Amino acid sequence: MNLKPETLAEIEEAIPKYPEKRSAVMPLLHAIQKDQGLLSNGAAEWVAEKLGMEPINVLSVITFYPFFRQHKIGKRHIRVCRTLSCAMSGGAKVCDRMLSEFDTKLNGISPDGEVTIEFAECLASCGSGPVMLVDDELYENLDEAKAQEICNRIKAEAVQA
Amino acid sequence: MAIHPKEHRIILKYADEPGYTPDIDCYMKHGGYDTLKKAVTMEKKDICEEVKNSQLRGRGGAGFPAGIKWSFVDRKSGKPVYMICNCDESEPGTFKDRQIVHKDPHQLIEGIIISCFATECAKAFIYIREEMPKGAEILNQAIKEAKEKNFVGDDILGSGYSCDIVVHRGAAAYICGEETGLIESLEGKRANPRIKPPYFPAVLGLYMCPTIVNNVETLCNVKHILEMGAGEFANIGRPNNTGTRIWCVSGGVKRPGYYEVAGITLGELIYDICGGPKDGRTIKAVIPGGSSMKILKNGERFKGKDRDGTEYDWGIEDIPLDYDGIAAAGSMSGSGGMMVLDDTVEIPVALANLMAFYSHESCGQCTPCREGSLWLKKITTRMVHGEARPEDVDLLKSVADQIEGRTICAFGFAVAWPVQSYIKKFEEEFREFAERHSHADVDRTAAKELACNL
Ligand SMILES: Cc1cc2nc3c(=O)[nH]c(=O)nc-3n(C[C@H](O)[C@H](O)[C@H](O)COP(=O)(O)O)c2cc1C
Ligand code: SF4
Ligand code: FES
Repeated sequence: MNLKPETLAEIEEAIPKYPEKRSAVMPLLHAIQKDQGLLSNGAAEWVAEKLGMEPINVLSVITFYPFFRQHKIGKRHIRVCRTLSCAMSGGAKVCDRMLSEFDTKLNGISPDGEVTIEFAECLASCGSGPVMLVDDELYENLDEAKAQEICNRIKAEAVQA
Repeated sequence: MAIHPKEHRIILKYADEPGYTPDIDCYMKHGGYDTLKKAVTMEKKDICEEVKNSQLRGRGGAGFPAGIKWSFVDRKSGKPVYMICNCDESEPGTFKDRQIVHKDPHQLIEGIIISCFATECAKAFIYIREEMPKGAEILNQAIKEAKEKNFVGDDILGSGYSCDIVVHRGAAAYICGEETGLIESLEGKRANPRIKPPYFPAVLGLYMCPTIVNNVETLCNVKHILEMGAGEFANIGRPNNTGTRIWCVSGGVKRPGYYEVAGITLGELIYDICGGPKDGRTIKAVIPGGSSMKILKNGERFKGKDRDGTEYDWGIEDIPLDYDGIAAAGSMSGSGGMMVLDDTVEIPVALANLMAFYSHESCGQCTPCREGSLWLKKITTRMVHGEARPEDVDLLKSVADQIEGRTICAFGFAVAWPVQSYIKKFEEEFREFAERHSHADVDRTAAKELACNL
C-alpha cells in the first residue's frame, strides 16, 4: 500500500474519534478509495491490520455498501438519480444524453477513460430534479441541454489537464 | 427562494435569507448559541421535561414522541449513553435535512449539544449519507468553529459537561437510515438492522450502550422548544402534532420545494403554496410522507371518526397536514417527503420504479424482504415491458402481503405498503395497463423512462 501522506494523516486522525477502533473502518475505506480509486484485497488487509480486525470483516463491509468498489472507474464518477421524483421530471433522458455524449454504457468506463456513469437512488434533492452528482458536485434542475453543457465542460477540462 | 405567506418558518427562519451564511459568526449574530448558554444553567431533568411537554414528535419517519424516547434511556446500567443524529436522509422524496445541514449547520449543532447535555450523553455522532459530501464538510467545519468557542468539546461553557460530535459518512446504502442498521454501520459492520426486542437503541444501542437516535429536524426543534418554552411550542399546530414541519414536495406541481408549515391542510400545501398541478395537468395521487407511505388517490373520500367522536369526510385536499390527519386518511406523514403524481404518471410504472429502489436497498437478511422485493421488481418490470401475465396483479399483492410484518425491520412495511395501496386504489389501472401493454405495437417509451433503468 502506497498511500499519500495526507491520506495517512486522515487515517490517523479518524481512528481516535471513535470509542472502538472498528468504527473507523468506513472512514478508512473512504480515505483509501479516494487515494487509490478502488479498494483492493490488499487494502482490506491493510485496514484489517490497522484496526485489529479480520480481513474478511473488512471485505464484508466493502461488498455491502454500493459506494465502496473493488473495480476501476473513469476519472469522474457521475451518478444520475433514477428514483421516482427525478424520473417524473426526466432523469432518464438526462442519463441517456450523458451516455451517448461519452459513447459509453451504464457502469462502464468511457472509451476516453474520462467518466463512469451510473444510476443512483434518490439523492435527497427531489424538489429540484432531475439531479446528478459529478464526483462531489450536485447538479440540479437538469434537462438534456444542461446535461450537454456539463459534458462539454468535462471534456474541455480533460483537454486542459 | 421567496417564502410563501402560508409558511411558518422556525427552523428554516434564516436559511434562505439573502446573506445568511453557514459560519458561526453569522449564526451568533442571529442569536445562535444563546439557548445553549441558557440550557447549561438549567437542571437537566427540566430540559427533558420541557421536551416531553412540548409533545415534539420525531421527524425522521415513525413520529415517536422525542421526550418519551429520551425517558426510555437505560440509566441503571452505568454504561455511557450515546447520541446519534440521523442525517441519512435517503427516503425517496425527502430533502429537508439537506437544507438545514447546508444552510444552517450550527442550529443542528446547538440542538444536538442541548439534547446531549439534557440526556447526559458521552458523545454524539452525526451519520450523514455519502451522497452529501459537501454537507459533511460543512458540518466538520461548523463543529471546529463551535469547539473554538467552547460550545462543543471539553467543559462546555464552564458547565463541567463535555461532549464531542463526530461526523460519520455512510456509503450509499438506504438501510443505514433505519436506526439499528445505522448503529451496526457505525460500529463498522454491514448495516443489517437488529431485531427489536431486545435491541431497542435506548437500552442496547451503539456498542451495546444506551443510545438515542433522532432525526436532524427533531434535534433542531429541541433548541426552539427551549427558546420559546414548551407551552408556546405546543400552541403551534394541533395537540399531538405540535410545532412546524418541513414538507418536501416533488413531482407534478408548479412549485416543488421545501416548505415549513403548521396547521394547514394538504390542499393548502399543494394548491396554494406549490401552485397546484402543472398547466393542463390534474393531480392523480399523492404519496404523502416519502415513497414508503401508502398512496392517497385524488377523488377518493376519507371518512371516519375522530377520537372525540366527530365524523369527518374529506377529499384529499381537506386532509389536515400533520401526523394524525394523514394517519386518519390511512397513510403516514413519514419523513415529510411528498410526491405528487399527475395524470401523466401511470401508477404501475411508478410502482416499478420504486420496486427497483427497494429491491436494490434490501439489506438481504430476511428472506421475505430479500426475495420478495426482487419478485416485486421482476413482476412490475415485466409489466412495463408488456410481458405481464394474467395472474400478476394478484401475485404482486400476494408477495407484498407475505413480506409485511414478517421481517426484522420496518423496511418490510416500506416495500409492501406501496404495492398494497397502489393495487387497492388503482387495481383497474393495473389490469388495463397490463392489457394495453401486451400489444406489440404499443409505445413503451414513456413507461420505460418513468420506470428508469429497467
Ligand atoms: C427503512 C428505513 C429507513 C429510514 N431512513 C431514515 C432516514 O433516512 N432518516 C431518518 O431520520 N430516519 C429514518 N428512518 C427512521 C429511523 O429508524 C428512526 O426512527 C429515526 O431516525 C428516529 O428519529 P426521530 O424519532 O427523531 O424521527 C428510517 C426507518 C426505516 C425503517
Ligand atoms: S426487512 Fe429487509 S431491510 Fe429490514 S432487516 Fe429484513 S432484509 Fe434487511
Ligand atoms: S428522487 Fe432524485 S433526488 Fe430524490
